Amino acid sequence: MEFTPENKKKVSEILKRYPEGKVGRQAALLPLLRLAQEQFGFVSEEVMTYVASILDIPPAQIYGVATFYTLFNKKPVGKYHLQVCTNLSCCMEGAEETLSHLEKRLCIRSGETTPDGKFTLSEVECLAACGSGPVIQVNEEYHEDLKTTENVDRLLERLK
Amino acid sequence: MDLVLTKNFDLPDAFSLPVYEGRGGYSSLKKLFSLKPDEVIEEVKKSGLRGRGGAGFSAGMKWGFIPKNSGKETYLCVNADEGEPGTFKDRALLLKDPHRLIEGTIIGSYAIGCHTAYIYIRGEFFREYKILEQALSEAKAKRYLGENILGSGYDLEIYTHRGAGGYICGEETALIESLEGKRGYPRIKPPFPAIQGLFGCPTAVNNVETVCALPYIIEKGAGAYKKMGTEKSSGTKLFSISGPVNQPGVYEVEMGFPLRKFLQEQAGGLRPGKILKGVIPGGSSMPILNAEEVEQVTLDYESMNKFGTFLGSGGVIVIDEDYCLVKALRILARFYAHESCGQCSPCREGTGWVHKILKRIEEGEGKASDLDLLLDISDNMIGQTICVLADSIAMPTKAFITKFRKEFEDHISLKKCPKTIA
Repeated sequence: MEFTPENKKKVSEILKRYPEGKVGRQAALLPLLRLAQEQFGFVSEEVMTYVASILDIPPAQIYGVATFYTLFNKKPVGKYHLQVCTNLSCCMEGAEETLSHLEKRLCIRSGETTPDGKFTLSEVECLAACGSGPVIQVNEEYHEDLKTTENVDRLLERLK
Repeated sequence: MDLVLTKNFDLPDAFSLPVYEGRGGYSSLKKLFSLKPDEVIEEVKKSGLRGRGGAGFSAGMKWGFIPKNSGKETYLCVNADEGEPGTFKDRALLLKDPHRLIEGTIIGSYAIGCHTAYIYIRGEFFREYKILEQALSEAKAKRYLGENILGSGYDLEIYTHRGAGGYICGEETALIESLEGKRGYPRIKPPFPAIQGLFGCPTAVNNVETVCALPYIIEKGAGAYKKMGTEKSSGTKLFSISGPVNQPGVYEVEMGFPLRKFLQEQAGGLRPGKILKGVIPGGSSMPILNAEEVEQVTLDYESMNKFGTFLGSGGVIVIDEDYCLVKALRILARFYAHESCGQCSPCREGTGWVHKILKRIEEGEGKASDLDLLLDISDNMIGQTICVLADSIAMPTKAFITKFRKEFEDHISLKKCPKTIA
C-alpha cells in the first residue's frame, strides 16, 4: 500500500501548510486521511497504519481520530454513496418518504450497500441545505429539492 | 439599509475575482493598511459587531484579548463548519461571495497580527471548498495574499482545512482540536483560545458571517455599521429560513426587524392552508417561540432574550399546526445524541436518554411521568458540561414541553399522534 506519486506530492504540499515538527504533522492527519480515502476507497486499518507511518504518529492515535469522524468510511462503500438528510427541515419536506422510496427502489435498508456494489444508502444529519430539502448528498455533490419520488427516480436514472 | 453581506448575491458569478473587484471588492485593503492593527480592533469594537456564529460575543473585544508580542505565532481560524440544523447562511456566503470572506480574513488577520490563517470548512462542503480554493488562488495571483501584500509590508497566507464530519467541530475549541488533527473534543476554558489556542498559540476563531462583515466596516467606517440595527445589536444579519413557507432561503435584514414581518415579507408567508404553530428562531439549539410570541419578537439579541430564547445562528425553522412536535423534538434529540462528543457524562448520557424517551412517546409507549422526567434530565444537563451541546437539546426540550405540554400529554394518553386522529 502506497500513495501514488501524484498523491505523494500532495502530501508534501499539505505538510507545508502547518508548522514544522510533531504538532504540524498531527495537524496534517485529517487531510491525509481524506487523501487516502480518495485513493484507497475507504479508511481501513491498513490505511490508518500507512498514514501513521508517514506522519510518524502511533497508529492507535490515528484509529482514535478516524473513528470520531463520520466522513471517513471504515468499510467499503458503493460507487454512489447516497446520503439522505433526515433532520427537521428536510423531514418537514418529506425526507423520510424520500429515504423509504430509495430503500424500496434499491432493495436495501439505510446503512447497506447493493449487492452489485453500486449504491450505499445512509441517513445523515443536517447538510445545511434546509431551504431546499429534501437533500441527498451523492458522494461529494448535493442534490436538492428532491420533494417527489419522480425527482428521486430521475436522480437514480442519472446515476445508472 | 445597506447590504453588507448579500450585496453580490444577485450576480451569478460573484465568486470570480474580476466580478468581485467590479463591485468594489478588496478596496477596503488600502484603508486597512493605512491603519495600525490596534486602530482596526478599535473600529470593529466601535461598530458593535457581534459574533454571528451563535454566541453573539463582541468580535472586537475577542480580538482585544489576544496578547501583543507574546513571542508566539498568532492565528486566525475562520469557522466555516456550519452544521446547526436550520442554518445555511454561511454556505450561501461561501458559494456566492468567497472573496468577501477572503477580504474579511485579511482584515481580521492584520488586526491581530496573524500571518497564517486557516479557514476550517465543513467536510461535506465540497463545491464550496472548490470555489474557495479557486478564489484563494485568484487572490494570491493578484497579490492580495502572500508576501508584502499590496506593498504594505504585511505577509499573510490563508489555508483551507477541511473537516471530516462532526457538528461539534463548530465549537471553537473543538475546531482547534480538530485542526490539530485530534478528535473534536471541546476544551475546558480557561485558558481561552486568545491566550492558548491553535498549536498552543494565541488564536481568534471567527464565524464566516462575522468575517464577511469586516470589509464593509473598514471601508464605510464603524459609524455606518452602527447606524443600522438596534442599540445593542448593531448592523445587519443573515437569516436562513426553512419550513412550510413560500420562499425559504437566506435573507439579510437589519437587526431588530420584526420576526412576523420577516415571515411575511422575506419568506413570502406560510404556504396556503398552513397555520403557524411555532418558530425556532436561531438554529435548532434555540428554545422555540409559540405563535403568540412570534407576533411580538424582533430579530435581535435583546428581544430574543426577553422571550427566553436566543438569536443564535439565525437559522429560522417554521413549524405549522400540522406537524407533530413530539416528532420534531425527537428528530432534534437524535441529532444531539448523535453529535455529542462523549466527553462529559451529562451530555453523553443525557442526549441519548432524552432521545430514547421521546422516541418512546412518539411510538405510543410514553408514560405520564415522562414529561417531568424529561424536564428533570434537562435541568441536570444545563450548565453541567464543558461545552453547550448538552444545553442545546436541554433548552429546546424544556421550551417545547413547557409551551406545548398538552400536545405531548395527548400523545402519551392517546398512545399515538393526535394528528393521526381525524
